[in-house]
Amino acid sequence: MAEATGIEIKELYKIFGPNGKEMVQRVKDGMSKSELNEKHNHVLGLNNINISMPGGKIQVVMGLSGSGKSTLIRHINRLIDPTDGEVLYGNEDVCKMSQTELREFRRHKTAMVFQKFALLPHRTVMKNTVYGLEIQGVPMKEAEERAARWIARVGLEGFEDHYPNQLSGGMQQRVGLARALTNDADILLMDEAFSALDPLIRMDMQTVLLDLQEELHKTIVFITHDLDEALRLGDRIAILRDGAVIQQGTGQQIVLKPEDSYIADFVKEVNRGRVIRVETVMDQTKTLNTGTQIPANVMLEEAAKIFAAEGVNEASVINRSGTPVGVLTIQDTISAMVTPVAH
Amino acid sequence: MDLSEFPSLSRDTLRDIRLTVDSGFKDFTRTYGETLELMLEPVKDFLIFLEGLLIDSPWFIVLAVLVGIVFLLSRNIKITIGSVIALCLIGTFGMWEDTMRTIAMVTVCTLLAIVLGIPIGIFMARSDRVQGFVNPILDLMQTMPSFVYLIPVVMIFGLGKVPGLIAIVVYAIPPMIRLTNLGIRLVDPDVLEAADAFGSSSWQKLVNVQLPLALPTIMAGINQTIMMALAMVVVAALIGVKGLGQPVVNAIANQYFTMGVMNGLAIVAIAIIFDRATQAYGKRLQKHSEVVHG
Ligand SMILES: Nc1ncnc2c1ncn2[C@@H]1O[C@H](COP(=O)(O)OP(=O)(O)O)[C@@H](O)[C@H]1O
Ligand SMILES: [Mg+2]
Repeated sequence: MAEATGIEIKELYKIFGPNGKEMVQRVKDGMSKSELNEKHNHVLGLNNINISMPGGKIQVVMGLSGSGKSTLIRHINRLIDPTDGEVLYGNEDVCKMSQTELREFRRHKTAMVFQKFALLPHRTVMKNTVYGLEIQGVPMKEAEERAARWIARVGLEGFEDHYPNQLSGGMQQRVGLARALTNDADILLMDEAFSALDPLIRMDMQTVLLDLQEELHKTIVFITHDLDEALRLGDRIAILRDGAVIQQGTGQQIVLKPEDSYIADFVKEVNRGRVIRVETVMDQTKTLNTGTQIPANVMLEEAAKIFAAEGVNEASVINRSGTPVGVLTIQDTISAMVTPVAH
Repeated sequence: MDLSEFPSLSRDTLRDIRLTVDSGFKDFTRTYGETLELMLEPVKDFLIFLEGLLIDSPWFIVLAVLVGIVFLLSRNIKITIGSVIALCLIGTFGMWEDTMRTIAMVTVCTLLAIVLGIPIGIFMARSDRVQGFVNPILDLMQTMPSFVYLIPVVMIFGLGKVPGLIAIVVYAIPPMIRLTNLGIRLVDPDVLEAADAFGSSSWQKLVNVQLPLALPTIMAGINQTIMMALAMVVVAALIGVKGLGQPVVNAIANQYFTMGVMNGLAIVAIAIIFDRATQAYGKRLQKHSEVVHG
């Protein structure tokens, strides 16, 4: 599969209300969401969003309820029209497409998975899954063959003729995922796709998604309000508050250097052992040529397991080619796992 | 001055108004009556064909077909057996032919109401402005005494099947329109958004999502339309619609108590059959439509 194209969001504003366009300048001049609401009765949905979403990677957008996550993801396939700004896919601006171009873009380049599944209740699993191909005009026989592969891939083989209301929530969302994958689109948009599921089933679905991504390398935009989910899935994470991005970077960057107290609150409860990599904590000034070896890119939790198993206090950290690049002690590992490293 | 009397327009003015409107309508009738009649010719032919089919075919075949349809719709043994008994009683008491005429009339009227009502309902669902315009008309149609509908159609078409048909359709169509509109408006916006996200055109959305999900509600509309058409069949007997209505009208004029009640009961019987069969069908349609989360 060719490398997926990334998505570039530039100076994107969305203001809900009849005179959104006129309000943009006020927001650019620094008017806050609450002030805009009180004085002008308009809702600030998105405020100067700039995110460069890498092709073939999972971009997570995180934030509390009402922070504008759903609004943002709906700009990528323009289910919501922007008030100002650009959404670039390659060198096409989604915001400038005609209705026909937009429909073709939605049919062939994007697929979406929804929080409340949004399956067609009167259609079976198979008929739900072929929906995207059906409206593209793909012959039904071919469509069903392609759909069957994805139904099997998400673990629903044998359920083709069931109706959504005969399935559990987890299984319904598998249908949602199969429906999206069958479209064979570059971009996969997932708006809190797993938020309605029980914790265990949610972990399952995350695993399914990561496995799929390993082979598919799609450009995935994943919305969540859950930091653990964000850290597990996200190659990059952007955090939203009141419609503005307040920090973006890798999971590790966000956990290690929360930009403000809002994010610090978010990351306080996180299991750092699963987020921070050995290379971030190791002592780079020393190297060891003997003893236990730990790869530089594993997580601290993994390192702690090695220490426990080997019964040593110190290990040599090696890079991909096996060259020693630093030293990790058990003290450094434990203290990095329990306390914030730096502010 | 007499204060108990409301200061109305003078008799002469009122008469002039009436005359003007009436003659205007008469002119309209003279100019377009024939065209309208010509347009409705196929419907009339179909009605006559269906009536003939029901009356002239051997009674047991007609009975079997009718009961078969009831079973296919309801998939319910009780309703099916009930229909057999009701139809046999109707035949035994000599009302078979009139009942067939009424069934033919109600069927054609219902089909016409569906064909006209669903598109109007769809337009209403698509635009708040159309809804705001059509709703008061429907209110008017539903509160207007049914006899009033008979006057203009008789003026245009005279007595007979076609004016009866039109009066019945006008009287019975409002629930069809209203419930189509309602059903489409009640479709889960999340599902519609999903259809949009996959790039559906508005026609694809209508056919694949809105109409199928609105179908149980539309079925309820069809059910109500049938009930209203049956009620109107009796009134339409006044302008020459044959069937179970005419003996009832006769019975009123001549104080034939038994004849009135028997024909009334026959109408009740087919009403119940139609009602149960369409309702059971609507329920079956609904089986998968409830969205379940979690
Ligand atoms: N159609 C709309 N009209 C007015 N305000 C809206 C609309 N949609 C969303 N909003 C507002 O925009 C903000 C962001 O909403 P949303 O994107 O749904 O947040 P999230 O998905 O992060 O919970 C909220 O304050 C919400 O009330
Ligand atoms: Mg949301």
